[in-house]
Amino acid sequence: MDIPYTSKPRPDTGLYNAKVGIWLFLASEVMLFGALFSSYILLRVGALEENWPHGLLNIPIGTFNTAVLIISSVTVVMAWASLKMKQFGRFKIFQAITVLCALAFLGIKSFEYKDKFTHYEVWKTDGTRMTGHIEGNPMFLTKAKLVAAGKDKIEFLADPHHYSEGKLKIGAQSGEHKHVEIAIGDIKRLSAFVPAHSTYFAIYFTLTALHALHVLGGAIVIGFLFGPGSKMWHTDPDRFTNRVEVAGLFWHFVDLVWIFLFPVLYLL
Amino acid sequence: MSLKAFHVIFITAASAMCVGFGLWMLRDYRTPEGSAGDLAWAIGGFVVGAGLLVYERFFLKKLKSVSYL
Repeated sequence: MDIPYTSKPRPDTGLYNAKVGIWLFLASEVMLFGALFSSYILLRVGALEENWPHGLLNIPIGTFNTAVLIISSVTVVMAWASLKMKQFGRFKIFQAITVLCALAFLGIKSFEYKDKFTHYEVWKTDGTRMTGHIEGNPMFLTKAKLVAAGKDKIEFLADPHHYSEGKLKIGAQSGEHKHVEIAIGDIKRLSAFVPAHSTYFAIYFTLTALHALHVLGGAIVIGFLFGPGSKMWHTDPDRFTNRVEVAGLFWHFVDLVWIFLFPVLYLL
Repeated sequence: MSLKAFHVIFITAASAMCVGFGLWMLRDYRTPEGSAGDLAWAIGGFVVGAGLLVYERFFLKKLKSVSYL
């Protein structure tokens, strides 16, 4: 017995099964991301201005990634429209571009992550704070690790401005990086820009990593429909077109989340 | 809601975000630390925002026969 309404819409709802399923799933996703967005906003408005890192994310890179996702949303809808017009060859091209955009987004995001893992903040015992890079660009160093390694000092390339001076000072990039030597005894705390650094980076990595996982999941599904899954076009074209539409709906949701994430994390 | 309807909503949101980004960069440009780069980003934001609306009109014309449901 065939499962009904896999390609033709149910008369009472006007929707086929998969479309009802994806919208129920997306409703649960709205609740998940909505809760995290609310957490971010509440933490942000409750934080002291000097303790909330801002201006530390690279706006040109974030803007480029936003453009990549907007382009991918256009190509994913064009792939679906091509199937509607029975143009399988064009579908293949647009679907391939979408997968490439997803991979480009993830590649750029991992580059951004690596940059954060090698960028440090030092809290000194005299109460001063500075951000910058440790010579050799090591990742995930802490004071405990330095002590365990028997180090007595670090070579630090300090940024011209600390984020507590304000976003605009950091954005202006005025001043020069200073090369300083810091004795381990003078360090109260040392942390890379990782989730343990601060509330800001904890929520930043939670939101962006969860979003990146969604991008990866979407890329796998879209890649499957581009590759082995596309065989269905020759046996059941209507159902295949519906599958591409459902994947496209998920992809649009993922892109829409980023449209909200980008200004909240990179600009505010 | 079909992919067509969701795409229209997405492009509208993306366009609004681009214009908001342009306004934000324009605000940065008007501060003492503002640079020509900020102005370029602001203009870019407005241009892309307008471009997305033009694309949306083209998209709606092209997919006139496809349902919103």
